[in-house]
Amino acid sequence: MGLGVESVFGDSVVTTKLDKAVNWARSYSLWPMAFGTACCGIEFMSVAASKHDISRFGAEVVRFSPRQADLMIVAGTISYKQAPVLKKIYDQMCEPKWVISMGACASSGGFYDNYTTLQGIDEIIPVDEYIAGCPPRPEAVLDAIMRIQEKAQNDSIIKDRVKAFKGILDA
Amino acid sequence: MHKPDMIVEPKELKPTIIKLKNDEGFNLLLDITAIDYLAYPIKSEKRFALIYILRDKSFKKSITIKTYLDNDKLEIESLSDLFYSADWAERETFDQYGIKFLNHPNLKRVLNHHQFVGHPLRKNYIITQGQVCTETESLMDEMTPLMTSKGYTKEDLEEIMYLNIGPSHPATHGTIRNFMALEGETIRGCVTEIGYLHRGFEKSCENHNYNQIIPYTDRLNYCSAILNNIGFSKTVEEMLNIDITERAKFIRVIIGELSRITDHLVCNAANMVDMGGLTNFWYLFAPRDKAYDLFSKLTGARLTNTYTRIGGLEFDLYDGFAYDLEEVLKDVEKAIEDALSLVAHNKIFLDRTQDVGVITKELAISAGITGPNLRASGIDYDIRKTNPYYHYESFDFDVVIGSHGDVYDRIMCRFEEMRQSMSIIRQAMKQLPDGPINVDMPSIVMPDKKNVYGNIEGLMNQFKLVMDGVKVPEGEYYSATEAGNGELGFYIVSDGSGTPYKVKCRPPSFYSLSAFPKVVENTMLADAVITMASMNFIAGEFDR
Repeated sequence: MGLGVESVFGDSVVTTKLDKAVNWARSYSLWPMAFGTACCGIEFMSVAASKHDISRFGAEVVRFSPRQADLMIVAGTISYKQAPVLKKIYDQMCEPKWVISMGACASSGGFYDNYTTLQGIDEIIPVDEYIAGCPPRPEAVLDAIMRIQEKAQNDSIIKDRVKAFKGILDA
Repeated sequence: MHKPDMIVEPKELKPTIIKLKNDEGFNLLLDITAIDYLAYPIKSEKRFALIYILRDKSFKKSITIKTYLDNDKLEIESLSDLFYSADWAERETFDQYGIKFLNHPNLKRVLNHHQFVGHPLRKNYIITQGQVCTETESLMDEMTPLMTSKGYTKEDLEEIMYLNIGPSHPATHGTIRNFMALEGETIRGCVTEIGYLHRGFEKSCENHNYNQIIPYTDRLNYCSAILNNIGFSKTVEEMLNIDITERAKFIRVIIGELSRITDHLVCNAANMVDMGGLTNFWYLFAPRDKAYDLFSKLTGARLTNTYTRIGGLEFDLYDGFAYDLEEVLKDVEKAIEDALSLVAHNKIFLDRTQDVGVITKELAISAGITGPNLRASGIDYDIRKTNPYYHYESFDFDVVIGSHGDVYDRIMCRFEEMRQSMSIIRQAMKQLPDGPINVDMPSIVMPDKKNVYGNIEGLMNQFKLVMDGVKVPEGEYYSATEAGNGELGFYIVSDGSGTPYKVKCRPPSFYSLSAFPKVVENTMLADAVITMASMNFIAGEFDR
């Protein structure tokens, strides 16, 4: 006795495009790498906690190892001292990978327009989605995850995903 | 005019402090900082002055000592042999101002990158001049002498395994780098590197007027933003010599204590995740989210509230606040009960926390540790009791004291402090007076919008306050409040304009973090992780 789709389909064959099947799986099981440095990191904890519950979107397996993750969420201010660390961790993530820049600091430096703060992480790594707010509400983070899911639906496993990107830390 | 308590010659400084320490019991070095007089309106012959802030053993008195340095001799004798806390404090002053401390064990940068050129808090350093630095510091310059001092020979050191924990590591809860020397799983030496979240708080303060700085203070200890708002506003109000309204005082107490609760909830929740108890995290986080709903209803923001203004508050309490607050408190009570029911008699929890990560009284005082971390070590110091403000003396609450100074005591102190905070909130709600929330002073508080749009006086008032800011009389002043992590002090130098000439924040977790390498020495690696979580290091606060 099957409980899911197998109870309807039995042992019949389903045809689909490989891209569709792979993208379906990828987009609903994003594994985030939470690069939390500051206040946004605390709000990211709220996104994961009971009320907002990131697992409703299949993205609850938060990894702190870049090797095990495919969605980087940069939550917090990135200082010039931190920038090489962020770049290294991004480079260690395997393709396919996406980046969410959470909050004003990660996206643009925020109101830290001074000698310490990188004026937006897109100076060093490519960013897929930006979230406004200081810090953004958890709903905004969930919205960004949904936008990443949409993007993942339109990907192709045949095409090379590596983007032409040159940041200030790329030699 | 507010002035420092003592002004001494540079060569007299160390003898004076030794005398204060030995004869008058000033054994807590709170902070060291410098002032650069280059851009000061009244020209000064000597460009740099150093400020030392100490507190005595009754914790009631604090003293600020100032010394002017000769322009051709930017150096002074180090205090690192007298106070453990002087080590990092002097490194920071060197880093930010380029003042040398003679006989300091390892005078190098602490917040900025080691390849950074120049000293950013000097007035001639351009605020936006960022520097891209890429090389990682090996930290062996600190590790090798540390290990040699413990009797390790060159051959022994080859057997040691070195391990980096951080800057990006789940155990660091932020951005700290701990470089550890391990024998098996035992830590024989630890060196901590910070500065990965240095956001130039102090430099930005010199560029904004007083009310514009309040949002920056939110982001110091972002787990309890309102407590920072209160600390900063209170210091400025004392410089202005104004007494805020009774209602504002009570509201500050209520919202401040609620912030303390959310701060402790995060700390304990995260600590127990590190121990493998994820359920506690869900239990403790749910009421915290409810508290955030209340904050966002009241202030418009969940986390970074910017609730106070110089002279009062941004908003009065909304209708139905009392009901919402009571709902939150009930949930917090339930959550504490639930979490404790899981851990209080749990053998694994007790074995992992008791007698682990012990902070001795001597180290705590010498390192300038304050707040729950100090109280867990058995020292009765809470600014709300020793130097009460906002009628704290009239509320009935206990200072929670531990006995061993271990991880267990720190967790339990925080749980009990939450209960005490709830009691304070309930008492304050009962006595909450009616009346205005802002002082009636047009030079400080923004006029009503109906006046801004209705008459020229109101319009001009608004214009002047926005363009010039609140003008604070010339002088320099230190004041502290009891924040989530301990004594949060602000040392403000005003030149009489609407923008502070200098703001120095005395961050409690900067000093507790400086003691961390000492605390985890000769403990197990896994214990260091929970020790770190139990001391509640907030990157926004120690890196600023």
